[in-house]
Amino acid sequence: MAIEVPVEQVLMVAAGLFLLGLLGVLVRRNIIFLLMSLEVMMNSAGLAFIAAGAKWGAPDGQIMFMLILALAAAEVAVALGLVLQISRRFDTLDVDAASELNG
Amino acid sequence: MDLALFWIPAAVALVSTFLVITRRNAAHALIYLVVSLLSVAVIFFVLGAPFAAALEVVIYAGAIVVLFLFVVMMLNLGNTSVMRESRWLRPGMWVGPAILVSILLVTMVFLLSGLPDPGNTKGDMVGPKAVGNELFRPYLLAVELAGFLLLAALIGAYHLGRRYLEQRREP
Repeated sequence: MAIEVPVEQVLMVAAGLFLLGLLGVLVRRNIIFLLMSLEVMMNSAGLAFIAAGAKWGAPDGQIMFMLILALAAAEVAVALGLVLQISRRFDTLDVDAASELNG
Repeated sequence: MDLALFWIPAAVALVSTFLVITRRNAAHALIYLVVSLLSVAVIFFVLGAPFAAALEVVIYAGAIVVLFLFVVMMLNLGNTSVMRESRWLRPGMWVGPAILVSILLVTMVFLLSGLPDPGNTKGDMVGPKAVGNELFRPYLLAVELAGFLLLAALIGAYHLGRRYLEQRREP
C-alpha cells in the first residue's frame, strides 16, 4: 500500500510546515498560539523522520517519531502549567508581559 | 496519480496549518490544528507508516489537543464564558474544517479501497511488528530515557498546576 513518493517532495512539505510553525512563533504573541506553533514544528520534524524511514524501508524513522511524540507530550504538559501560572500572575496571555526576570 | 494521493493531504496540511497561525480565536485554531494533524497522519499512512499514523491520531490529535482545549476552557472561567462559547461555536465556523476533513476522508477511502495501479506501489510498508522489534532491542535505552522524561514532566506539571489551584481557592 505504500506509495513511492520522492523523499525530496516529502521534505519540501515538512519544510513548509516547519516554516509555518516558525512564522507562528515569530508573529503571534499569545502564548497558546506559540505552543501550537511549537507543536506544528515538532510534527514537521517527525514528518521528516518518517520520510527518511520510508525511503530506506527501515523502522528507525517511526521510532524517532515516537520519541518526538513523547517529547511533545512532556513539553506540552509543563508548558500548559506555565500558561496557567502566567495567566494568574499577569492576567494576560501575552508572552511579552512575562519578559522580565524579576523574582 | 499516486503522487496526488500524497499531495492532496499535504496541501490540506499546509492550508490548515496556515489557518492555525492566523486565527484570532484559540478554540478555532485548535480545531484547525486537529485537521492539520489528521492530514499529516494520512501522509504517514501514504508513506507506509501505519503505526505512526495511528499514534499521530491518538496522541497528537487526541491527547495533546485535548490538553490544550482543557487549558483554553479553564482560562475562560467567567460570567461571559457561556456567551463567548456560543459565539465560538456558531455554525459558520464549522464549514472550513468540515470541507478540509471531507477531502481527507475521500483520500483515505480511496487509499483503503486499494490503489488503482498496484504495479506502481512499493510493497515495503513498515508495520507495527517491525517497529516493536526494533524499539525494544537496540532502542531500549531511548525508551527508558523517554520514560524518565515523561516522569519529570508529570512531576513538573503537577507542581505548577497544584500551586495554581491552591491559590485560586484562597479567596
